[in-house]
Amino acid sequence: MTKPVEPNSFRTGPDDQGMFGIFGGRFVAETLMPLILELDEEWEKAKTDPEFQAELAHLNKHYTGRPSPMYFAERLTEHLGGAKIYFKRDELNHTGSHKINNCLGQILLAKRMGKKRIIAETGAGQHGVASATVAARFGFPCHVYMGAKDIERQAPNVFRMKLLGAEITGVTAGNGTLKDAMNEALRDWVTNVESTYYLIGTAAGPHPYPEMVREFQSVIGNEAREQILELEGRLPDMICAAVGGGSNAIGLFHPFLDDKDVEIVGVEAGGKGLDGDEHCASLSAGSPGVLHGNRTYLLQNSDGQIDEGHSISAGLDYPGIGPEHSWLKDSGRVNYVPIMDMEALEAFQLLCKVEGIIPALEPSHALAEIIKRAPKMRKDQIIVMNLCGRGDKDVFTVSKALGVEL
Amino acid sequence: MSNRFDTLFSRLKDENRPALVTYFMGGDPDFEISLAIMKSLPKAGSDIIELGMPFSDPMADGPAIQAAGLRALKGGQNLTKTITLARKFRDGNQDTPIVLMGYYNPIYVYGVERFLNDAKAAGIDGLIIVDLPPEMDEELCLPALASGISFIRLATPTTDDKRLPKVLENTSGFVYYVSMNGITGGAITSTQAVGDAVARIKRHTPLPVCVGFGVKTAEQARVIGRDADGVVVGTAIIKAVENTLDKNGEATKDTVDAVATLVRGLAQGCASARLEAAE
Repeated sequence: MTKPVEPNSFRTGPDDQGMFGIFGGRFVAETLMPLILELDEEWEKAKTDPEFQAELAHLNKHYTGRPSPMYFAERLTEHLGGAKIYFKRDELNHTGSHKINNCLGQILLAKRMGKKRIIAETGAGQHGVASATVAARFGFPCHVYMGAKDIERQAPNVFRMKLLGAEITGVTAGNGTLKDAMNEALRDWVTNVESTYYLIGTAAGPHPYPEMVREFQSVIGNEAREQILELEGRLPDMICAAVGGGSNAIGLFHPFLDDKDVEIVGVEAGGKGLDGDEHCASLSAGSPGVLHGNRTYLLQNSDGQIDEGHSISAGLDYPGIGPEHSWLKDSGRVNYVPIMDMEALEAFQLLCKVEGIIPALEPSHALAEIIKRAPKMRKDQIIVMNLCGRGDKDVFTVSKALGVEL
Repeated sequence: MSNRFDTLFSRLKDENRPALVTYFMGGDPDFEISLAIMKSLPKAGSDIIELGMPFSDPMADGPAIQAAGLRALKGGQNLTKTITLARKFRDGNQDTPIVLMGYYNPIYVYGVERFLNDAKAAGIDGLIIVDLPPEMDEELCLPALASGISFIRLATPTTDDKRLPKVLENTSGFVYYVSMNGITGGAITSTQAVGDAVARIKRHTPLPVCVGFGVKTAEQARVIGRDADGVVVGTAIIKAVENTLDKNGEATKDTVDAVATLVRGLAQGCASARLEAAE
């Protein structure tokens, strides 16, 4: 493939049709189209409305607990013996992950649009919990679609959502994971389009979702940039985040995209290896296609049928990726690499022991990549990694993988 | 240019009855049976055939059509075979319009230009692609029109008067009015509202308007067919297939007959749609 001409800025997308190069767009049923256009209009207004921004900033500070700390992982740095490692600690947010950043922004939009009901899809349950949380906070009924397999492996989050008043529908179609939950949420939306706001959890779906979610998550990268400048007096040499749908990653990456000296690395779920079909590395091993409202890299067969992915981490278990990541891959700005289940598991355990932090399995993938890279870097170099979720929800999965009975 | 749609709707106007449009899933439960089903449809009274292209993630379809798609994929159906199905049907039938219906991704992966060439050569008349709204016309709609294949657009209850012209702009063949907000196989709540919507669309276009989503019985076909130029039945046909399969999901000797019997009844409903109105 020939590389597109490098743009002046990597931060100007999408265009007014919602495209990042050939990726993105609005591939949805006509029933949803008028609503998508209305959402786009409302979002355009909200973006520049000082009152909207002030309300969001207030909630980010007093409800979520932002800014999240920028933490120098001293012992891990020593242990690896190379570059200085900083964690952007979004796992300390209210609800335990970065997902709340996006949910607060979108619930304010839903309120503006006069919607009466919230629906959401969830994989690991982090977005489901964050959605149920903001729905409770703003008094909306909330309906969460979750794959039956995920309900089983993320039981603590399922109960949390119930405590928060959400109704949960287990989806048994397909493999019973995030992709199937998203199909079912779209079916609900098309049926209840007049009353319902679909709170998409990742930077994917029809325009304007990828842009909107990125903007709400960019609070991560904006803070990180400011914090590292204050702490180190300069930008990092490398930033790194795990990529499932890609919302925490785009949130960290976007404010750094035009800083040419900052290397950017996205880490995909390599599952049990890219040779077989038990992985979720759509960028490393997939091809462009159209699913869930956007064109992006997908895991699919030669007939355009979507494959089921596999990852030990339910939050990365999705055969697609946000369209902006597809564009960033093809443009060469971001380097995307796979990390296997076993490597993520080892990284998970190391962080527990060395730093006293139990990370979620999703950022454990990013951590595993850093464990490989930091020792090869100089001691005066700096890495910032998004520690986007905490691992309480994963202790059962990890114990099972390690053969420990609880 | 006269095409099969124009010829058909002009004849039906003379006969004063709505078209019966039948949807079935290509390759459900296997290639040969679905070819036999397709061949039986015109004889049983179907005027237009919608040939479903199976997709792993049919976001606008209810459980019945989802299951049919999965059965077809499991039976080895793919886009190449679906086009072959149409061609084999066309070898023995020159009149019945064939519309391919489904989702964009298998076509995108097949390659738009190659797809249009092969579809044209197979005698396919039109396309209904659920996830390609007018905003994405450059993807497939405009190339299809340029190659002489109609692009049939879905209009829905959420398509208001302001948006209708955009939806109708590049539509040809006929307009497919989706009777409700929802997925295939749901229930129509008000036939009055459907009639009003058909009248509203007809104020914007000279094209025939066919109504689908939620039409299951001959009686519903009769009532909807009073106002609409055509009545689309899909889920009921898919269920007729499903109900005759054996434990292993394979066709039985009843499968093709069950579909034909259902379609004959629906055709009678269509035939009687305007009898009282004309008395």
